Amino acid sequence: MSLIKVRDLIYEYIRRDEEGNVEGITTAVDDVNLDIKQGDFVAILGHNGSGKSTLAKHLNAILYPTEGTVWVDGKDTKDETYVWDIRQTAGMVFQNPDNQIIGQVVEEDVGFGPENMGVPTQEIWERVEESLKAVGMYSFRKFSPNKLSGGQKQRVSIAGVIAMHPKCIVLDEPTAMLDPMGRKEVIRAVRALNDVEQITVILITHYMEEVIYADRVYVMDKGKVTLQGTPREVFSEVERLKELRLDVPQVTLLAHELAKEGFPMPKGVLTKQEFREALDRYRTERADKYANYFG
Amino acid sequence: MLRDITLGQYYQADSVIHRLDPRVKLGTTILFIISLFIFHGVWGYFVAALFLALVIKLSKVPFKFMVKGMKSIIFLLSITILFNLFLTPGDPLVQIWKFRITKEGVRLALLLAIRLAFLIIGSSVMTLTTTPNQLTDGLEKMLKPLNRIKVPVHEIAMMMSIALRFIPILMEETDKIMKAQLARCADFESGNLIKKAKSLVPLLVPLFISAFRRANDLAMAMEARCYRGGEHRTKMKPLHYHKRDYIAYAIVACYLVVGVAAGRLIPALLSHIAF
Repeated sequence: MSLIKVRDLIYEYIRRDEEGNVEGITTAVDDVNLDIKQGDFVAILGHNGSGKSTLAKHLNAILYPTEGTVWVDGKDTKDETYVWDIRQTAGMVFQNPDNQIIGQVVEEDVGFGPENMGVPTQEIWERVEESLKAVGMYSFRKFSPNKLSGGQKQRVSIAGVIAMHPKCIVLDEPTAMLDPMGRKEVIRAVRALNDVEQITVILITHYMEEVIYADRVYVMDKGKVTLQGTPREVFSEVERLKELRLDVPQVTLLAHELAKEGFPMPKGVLTKQEFREALDRYRTERADKYANYFG
Repeated sequence: MLRDITLGQYYQADSVIHRLDPRVKLGTTILFIISLFIFHGVWGYFVAALFLALVIKLSKVPFKFMVKGMKSIIFLLSITILFNLFLTPGDPLVQIWKFRITKEGVRLALLLAIRLAFLIIGSSVMTLTTTPNQLTDGLEKMLKPLNRIKVPVHEIAMMMSIALRFIPILMEETDKIMKAQLARCADFESGNLIKKAKSLVPLLVPLFISAFRRANDLAMAMEARCYRGGEHRTKMKPLHYHKRDYIAYAIVACYLVVGVAAGRLIPALLSHIAF
């Protein structure tokens, strides 16, 4: 059974003018279907206003569907009795690290979630230690969050979610406000959790480099899922992605341009390693051909 | 630079006073302040001074940090002293033109000065040895009985600690907005008071908007982490009284008795001996 199941999800914002009259209705999420299995690493891509954040907020029961249904671990998010179970099952990390850290000391912030769940004191400490170690922030446990870098703060936020022992983490553009170093730190932490703890990860982003590790990629545009598949499948559609105003990783773009000029390049090259291998293959093939003439 | 501002002037040290339960420290501070108003005469204040000296010694906080707290009230202190000195009727001691210093005036002024100084030093001992976090925790637990008359104690404590967490962030933000507005030729320096106040508008409006946005985000993040008020909530660092806390309470009780007794008995005894 899938951990998260979304069926025919529609969400509408009602825009109002200053007097409160309805000006218009914006459909932020339009007829989306998702199936996410336990242990998956799923990436949701899309440019600003494509509805990806709105979709993410449905997975944590912060927003409720206008039409359609979202099941998290078999529970309907619209059922109010399950709200807290769902929020515990699907933890959420937001964009701005400053606006989601509640504690004045790192360890206290990580303990905030378990405190709310009513976990006994002794166990809270165990969970805090465990989750801070999982994101590599244990040595900072006595620090004030104000003295940490953006990447470190975001890792603390992730630890705060892990301490609640969720089955799934939804990360809503966790790296959008970070520098390249911080971005790498955070993505590494997320991948490690997915690998080691088998926690399902749903990463919402518009950085393509972060997506190549995902098991499955959904590309959203105007509230709809327009492309989906493995990263390789999605990135082989370079022209389509350009239409959607999305960049592809530089290596992929280069391989695509070379292929367009008639150079024998496979479709959907994702890493420098793959690119190099393709080049090497081409070289040896060419050398072999020459060898046929002179050998 | 702004990040390094420590709030509530906490002084890190490893002492008995630092380890005491925040409730003990809060309670003692309140009792100490009350004691300053019920003790009588020189001997009562002598006892208070001894007690204060003992606590400061135990706290391992350098005395100069307590004096720092005094600087802020020096103006208030001098005004009260002057008024009491010159405006108290009684036996004239010195007379300069229209101003007359009386015996009672001198006594009252001295008394008030000592009272105020002790009050400030006493409460700064508490803030120097207790982190703001411990203070809010202590307050929450102390005021818990008020929950019965529907005072949202947990919520108030939570608000206090969130406010403390966001002060440095908002200060940094103010700094940023100020620089951004200065870059667009805003002028925060010149002009009279009204003009200066008006020039703060372009600073305050963006600051408020950003604060509201942050509050909104934070509320969502808290709900996403299952926050639903004080009920069913456990504590990561629960407050428990230890042996040292009971000893501290006992010492404070002794201090109150001795102080009251000293204020009344010693003068009586002395007059006995004199006659």
